[in-house]
Amino acid sequence: MNCIVCMTHVPDTASIIKIGPDGKHIDESGIKWIVSPYDEYALEAALQLVEAQGGEVTVVCYGPARAEAGLRECLARGAHKAVHVVGGEETLGDSMAIAKVLAAAVKDREYDVVLCGVKGVGTDNSQVPQMLAELLDLPHVTNVTKLDVAEGTFTAEREVEGGVEVVESPLPAVVAATKGLNEPRYASLKGIMAAKRKPVEKVEVSALGLDEAALAGAEATYSVRALELPPAKEAGKVIQGEDDPKAAAAELARLLRDEAKVI
Amino acid sequence: MDFALDDQQRMVQEMVRSFAEDRLRPGAAERDRTGEFPHEIFEEMGELGLLGMFVPEEYGGAGMDLLSYLLAVEELARVDASVAVGMSVTNSVCCYPILTFGTEEQKRRYLPELASGRAIGGFMLTEPHAGSDAASLKTRYRDAGDHWVLDGSKAWITNAGVGRYFVCLATREPELGVRGISAFILDADQDGVIVDRPEAKMGLKSSRTAMVTLDGARVPKDAMLGEEGRGFRVALGTLDHSRLGIAAQAVGIAQAALEEALRYASERQQFGRPLIGHQAIAFRLAEMDTEIAAARALLWHAAWAAGQPGRHSRESARAKLYASEMANRVVGQALQVHGGYGYSREYTIERLYRDVRVTTIYEGTSEVQKLVISRALAELAGTLA
Ligand SMILES: Cc1cc2nc3c(=O)[nH]c(=O)nc-3n(C[C@H](O)[C@H](O)[C@H](O)COP(=O)(O)OP(=O)(O)OC[C@H]3O[C@@H](n4cnc5c(N)ncnc54)[C@H](O)[C@@H]3O)c2cc1C
Repeated sequence: MNCIVCMTHVPDTASIIKIGPDGKHIDESGIKWIVSPYDEYALEAALQLVEAQGGEVTVVCYGPARAEAGLRECLARGAHKAVHVVGGEETLGDSMAIAKVLAAAVKDREYDVVLCGVKGVGTDNSQVPQMLAELLDLPHVTNVTKLDVAEGTFTAEREVEGGVEVVESPLPAVVAATKGLNEPRYASLKGIMAAKRKPVEKVEVSALGLDEAALAGAEATYSVRALELPPAKEAGKVIQGEDDPKAAAAELARLLRDEAKVI
Repeated sequence: MDFALDDQQRMVQEMVRSFAEDRLRPGAAERDRTGEFPHEIFEEMGELGLLGMFVPEEYGGAGMDLLSYLLAVEELARVDASVAVGMSVTNSVCCYPILTFGTEEQKRRYLPELASGRAIGGFMLTEPHAGSDAASLKTRYRDAGDHWVLDGSKAWITNAGVGRYFVCLATREPELGVRGISAFILDADQDGVIVDRPEAKMGLKSSRTAMVTLDGARVPKDAMLGEEGRGFRVALGTLDHSRLGIAAQAVGIAQAALEEALRYASERQQFGRPLIGHQAIAFRLAEMDTEIAAARALLWHAAWAAGQPGRHSRESARAKLYASEMANRVVGQALQVHGGYGYSREYTIERLYRDVRVTTIYEGTSEVQKLVISRALAELAGTLA
């Protein structure tokens, strides 16, 4: 059982996001980068599969130089190998471009399953796993909260509106993990030491037969016109109720019905 | 000079931070109330390698550097100082001396158990009548043919009752002074080791501390640590090292206090604006931030010095002295920012205030640190004169 995990390196979910001077990118100064939390579920699933059935976990990331820290983190948690396709600054958010690069980086490797996070935190597009599966001509299942792999096939449970769908599919396949699939482990100290000795293979986009300038230019499927921060949250409303709780309750009900329109 | 952490150190820091947030934070206030020792947390720390951080891989550890260890202690102490002290004691006053002064057989015998968390460790130096003046200890050992026998009382022993292996200091004959003192690796799992009721402490509630009576405690012949009569050097060498862990603990508690004060000062409104909008409060926070950074820099410098040849007692003592005094000041200031609410058990700062107090006391009081530093200065003056 060989697993490939596609990892994206994203701003820490606790970061305070500011918009950069060009109005189209975020200001990266002072941002801490982390392995996208959904990818942690994918990695954990891969590690568990390999622990149970043997084989290797290879983590693949298409991202700038700093993303190597994310790959090291995955190696520290137990992945065997890492592949770093260096680049991606100009194709950020373009799911199709990212899927093309990942497909090219993955296609000639040995694998039984490709695991992704259901989305990258921050851009939140939820498109790369499906596109990657199409480009690799593989079946895919997304939003997976339970995964059982047997010889050549797997069963997955996926969250759908109002219920759970159980899907069976042959392998190889692309599986996109979401919260609930497992509880990602911490990197142990031995794992952190071992990560130093594990290889990170550096790959140029051009070596994959792709032209990054074209992906970001003529072939781009996505462009950012402008970024805006969400409007500041308005201050909450406090209904004073100490003197007349009855009136306060009536006022609360009125506001919930007429203004918030939730009842 | 490079102040950046390397990849390994950064990963350790991040891992321990998430571990502390996920695993320690939820029960910290509750453990402070019940005083219950968190066995599962220690098991998990053992599995992660946090209880034998310096222990090389060949003895079952991760073989980490001193700074990685200090970062881990700081992150644990930032969330639960009781857990941090149990962890630092196992690492730095039990694993460290066995690693530094032990024979090959001793390392193979004890370190794998300690490093994996299957056994928690500790240190028995202090006695009811021997605190700062540790060399006046009276616990005796005698040669009983195929083993040693220890008799006496040890006071304030962290991890007593939950730990298994203790580096224990005893004398062949008190008249001999420091030359009579030897160090032993004591297995507490025997009838001759009697653990008293846990001390009713002001803080660090879930860390176990108790008086221990040694009544004919047996130690195998090959479990003397270092040469006979050289035990006090084992103790001093260990403390030079372990003090840095207490300094890291102090920095972690102070950091937590700053975070609590900053949050509170941003939310609490008085005179029509948040507290932080009053310059007296804002400046107080600025001073706290600066003092914490100064202590951390001193600590990291001491960690660097510990990796250089020669002694580093002065650097360690400075870091411990400054960090622990700083942390007491900062936590006091942070409580002041909370006003009356800081005096309530409802707020974390109240626990921090009690937990931080001991940092200027254990592993050498502030006065003892000043003795160490001033002796080094006097020695320096002597060589210069
Ligand atoms: C929570 C806790 C955990 C502990 N864990 C351990 C442990 O695991 N193992 C262990 O061996 N010990 C442990 N100790 C003991 C600790 O190290 C001692 O309390 C400490 O060394 C001080 O000794 P003492 O309490 O006897 O104070 P004393 O030595 O009696 O000191 C009293 C006061 O006099 C001052 N003083 C003493 N001598 C001088 C001097 N020459 N010049 C100036 N001032 C002086 C001291 O600084 C202090 O302010 C622990 C203590 C506590 C509170």
